[in-house]
Amino acid sequence: MDQVTRASGRPVDPHARWVRVIHWLAAASVLTLACSGFAILMVHPRLYWGQVGNDLTPPLLELPISRNHQHGGWTAPQPFFAGGPDGPVTASRTYDIFNQNGWARSLHFLAAWWLVLPGVVYLLAGLGSGHFRAHLWPRAGDLGPRQVWQDVTAHLRFRIPPAVGGPDYGVLQKCAYTAVVFIVAPLMVLTGLAMSPAVTAAYPVLLQVSGGYQSARTVHFFSSLALVLFVLAHVVMVVASGFTRQIRGMTVGR
Amino acid sequence: MQKSGLITRRRAIVTGLAAAGGLLFTRLPESLPTTHGNLLRMGDAFTYAAQRVLLPSRSLVKEYTRGDITSFPATGTVDPGALDKPGLSDVYRGLQHAAFADWRLPVEGKVGTPRTFSLAELKALPARTQVTRHTCEEGWTAIGEWTGVPLRTVLDAAGILPTARFVVFHSYDDWVDSIDLLDALHPQTILAYGMNGRDLPLAHGAPLRLRVERQIGYKSMKYLRRIVVTDEFDDGGAKGNIQNGWAWYTGI
Repeated sequence: MDQVTRASGRPVDPHARWVRVIHWLAAASVLTLACSGFAILMVHPRLYWGQVGNDLTPPLLELPISRNHQHGGWTAPQPFFAGGPDGPVTASRTYDIFNQNGWARSLHFLAAWWLVLPGVVYLLAGLGSGHFRAHLWPRAGDLGPRQVWQDVTAHLRFRIPPAVGGPDYGVLQKCAYTAVVFIVAPLMVLTGLAMSPAVTAAYPVLLQVSGGYQSARTVHFFSSLALVLFVLAHVVMVVASGFTRQIRGMTVGR
Repeated sequence: MQKSGLITRRRAIVTGLAAAGGLLFTRLPESLPTTHGNLLRMGDAFTYAAQRVLLPSRSLVKEYTRGDITSFPATGTVDPGALDKPGLSDVYRGLQHAAFADWRLPVEGKVGTPRTFSLAELKALPARTQVTRHTCEEGWTAIGEWTGVPLRTVLDAAGILPTARFVVFHSYDDWVDSIDLLDALHPQTILAYGMNGRDLPLAHGAPLRLRVERQIGYKSMKYLRRIVVTDEFDDGGAKGNIQNGWAWYTGI
């Protein structure tokens, strides 16, 4: 049998079967989460900081992504207390808002289970098998300023080495995977749970750490943006380094 | 060599996981919400079962102080009298006109003594006031102060039967929704007649609304009309969340 070798002459270390299976489960889930998450955001495209934010309080940021953007469908605000309009007020909605959360929320949580359950298996297997240590975590020697600079300039000039069909990752690639697996994905899960009234009743620490429900929602949005940018860069790099080779490596494993 | 007597690491882990799984299994709800073969509703049922198994059943939501009260939008139905629901909208308008003096809340179904409460009778029961965060499925939040009678007090007054498992609510905007007994008997689940120190405003559910603090806002049904205790899950049919394409359990 022909031994597939890298340019350096060392044999290729193919993607393990469990890595390939979980990669595609996660890919399907992340795509579903991104689409359903966008549909959920369209219902209330305003972001806030702290515990509370609604149409009667000032936003941090408003996104022009649905007909709900800056809609004026409210009755005149009525103060709750004698203090006047500077205090808390109420107003009734008179506007038929865009709202597809009936399916979007449930699909989002279904896809979240679809990510969290394989994700737990992935973390346990990755630690147990030495996959993280051997392939994912940048080694101390990789992180020298000269190596990092070389990898950065190679990427900037779009000099992408041809794929070998298995993990032999560059330093930026390792940093990107490590950041997604150990920082962005856990942050998405934790800020997602910080928006759950039942989970935060049991674990109020989630709200204390995130700075409140609306802060968690805002962090959840920006982390998802980081994740989407990662996926785009990932797909570009897969194409640039040899699409067929890479897809074969991540499906049949050869 | 006879090895079967050894406690290997693998065996210890497998046995430990099986034991933990067995303990958690006992916390599974007896009946799950209907799914009608819909994959999304199956996901909702899975989330319900997972939260009931994994989360402590008696945990309380954070309570704030009066100074934390914020502006509070009124969404969904904001005036059931303005709807066109025969037998409900006109009745509601009449009740509202008389400042809800003739409003009555029947509590029936799987109870020892079916009861009917007037607003004055509910207000005479021991009250609870709580400042909590309302979390709307749309993504907004607001903090308000709610005063009312714990649902548990009302259920105890009617004497729920041992087979009771769910509490079903009917509203004047023609909605039917239910919660399980764990949420129904929770100390912060109240029938609120007051908001921010005054009678519950029309737009926020006058004269009486439910507060289910460990779920998303739409479970806290406004304009209550009738309470029915059941032993079987009832999805409310065409007037309930599930058949209208929404999750029944919204702890997330």
